Amino acid sequence: MRKKEPALIITFATTAAAMEAESFCLSRQLPGRIIPVPREITAGCGLAWKAPVEAEEQITAELKKAGLLWSAMRVLEV
Amino acid sequence: MIYLDNAATTLRKPPQVIDAVVRAMTDMGNAARGAHSGALEAMRTVYNARVKLAKLFGCPRPDHVVFTANATEALNIAISGILRPGDHVITTSCEHNSVLRPLYRMEAERGVELSFVPADAQGRVDYEDFERLMCPNTRAIVCTHASNLTGNILDITRIGEIAHRHGALLIADASQTAGAIPIDMEAMLISVLCFTGHKGLMGPQGVGGLCIRPGVEIAPWKVGGSGIHSYDKQQPAEYPTRLEAGTLNGHGIAGLSAALDFINEVGLDAIEKKEHMLMDRFFQAVSAMEGVTVYGDFTQARRSAIVSLNIRDYDSAAISDELSETYGIATRPGAHCAPRMHQALGTMDQGAVRFSFSWFNTEEDVDAAIQAVQELTVE
Repeated sequence: MRKKEPALIITFATTAAAMEAESFCLSRQLPGRIIPVPREITAGCGLAWKAPVEAEEQITAELKKAGLLWSAMRVLEV
Repeated sequence: MIYLDNAATTLRKPPQVIDAVVRAMTDMGNAARGAHSGALEAMRTVYNARVKLAKLFGCPRPDHVVFTANATEALNIAISGILRPGDHVITTSCEHNSVLRPLYRMEAERGVELSFVPADAQGRVDYEDFERLMCPNTRAIVCTHASNLTGNILDITRIGEIAHRHGALLIADASQTAGAIPIDMEAMLISVLCFTGHKGLMGPQGVGGLCIRPGVEIAPWKVGGSGIHSYDKQQPAEYPTRLEAGTLNGHGIAGLSAALDFINEVGLDAIEKKEHMLMDRFFQAVSAMEGVTVYGDFTQARRSAIVSLNIRDYDSAAISDELSETYGIATRPGAHCAPRMHQALGTMDQGAVRFSFSWFNTEEDVDAAIQAVQELTVE
């Protein structure tokens, strides 16, 4: 197993919302990738956007500006 | 074979549709099940198809594009998920059984009251009838965008305006127009647009869907595996998951997505113009022939590329069989799942022979069909 490190985990209500967020983040060159939701988070669709912790402010601001919704956003050791 | 049964399904598909299906069957996992590369590939494909359909139909939100197996399933979901006991519904005599039978079932099982806007002998409706039939409990108008028998277009914008003014929903069946005639849900005030992917959209069979205006609530017709919220006893409330229990036809959706790219490359206007030209070439020739009766309103500037006809009092099945066996021309005879429309046209006994055209047909195809009809009129 890879060593666990803190990461920003963002979950979404549906896979369609997760795909919309992925498409958006990739088009804006925001860091991160889609992963299965860690068990610590029960909310969401089974998919999460995992990004460096330091990107939280930038990603949050961009998602809000675009009107994209997420279910939960937490920093976890994953 | 000269294929002129495109209102049933388009037989010729853009090559990239076939390539996309093969590629999907090679690379794609199950959309919304897991997050490995195969599953993500499927999810991205499905999501991109939603985005393209939302754009094509003027649906404000891609996550309000729900995939089904076909238009019939989409109509069943919309009709059974919206209507409640005591509701009144207005529909028309132009409808396919995919609208009629779900409505008859609601009438029998939920006491939903149905009113029909009649069609005249040319398959035309009087739009004042929609207004006249409105009741305080009218929940929805359910109607086709174009008749699958006559090709007549219904003025959805006008019907949408009437529905909106009376606080009713408009559920539109775009089986014959999606991919062939422009549709804008916002401008037409369509609440739910039901479509199939294998006709004008030129995708594979087994994919259809519904586009839902935000704010319209449809109860799920089926519930089950969603890939998300697995410990909840209820189906997730969010669209599209609410209405998409079970594995999607990802391979078919990949093909449909490629078909949408093809339509965008060619241009919807170009497709409509060509199909209309082919239809008009055929109509002008056969309508002038002695012994041929053509059904429908051909004064419409915009219509679905369909010409239904009969030759004298011959059985439409016999004519269609002769066209197939002797001339290699594929048409559709009989009732076309449109019982009330045949009643209006007076063709319940004889049926009609339907010729329907697509982007891939040529003027040579049309001329061969004209020649065949001409010969059959003198036999």
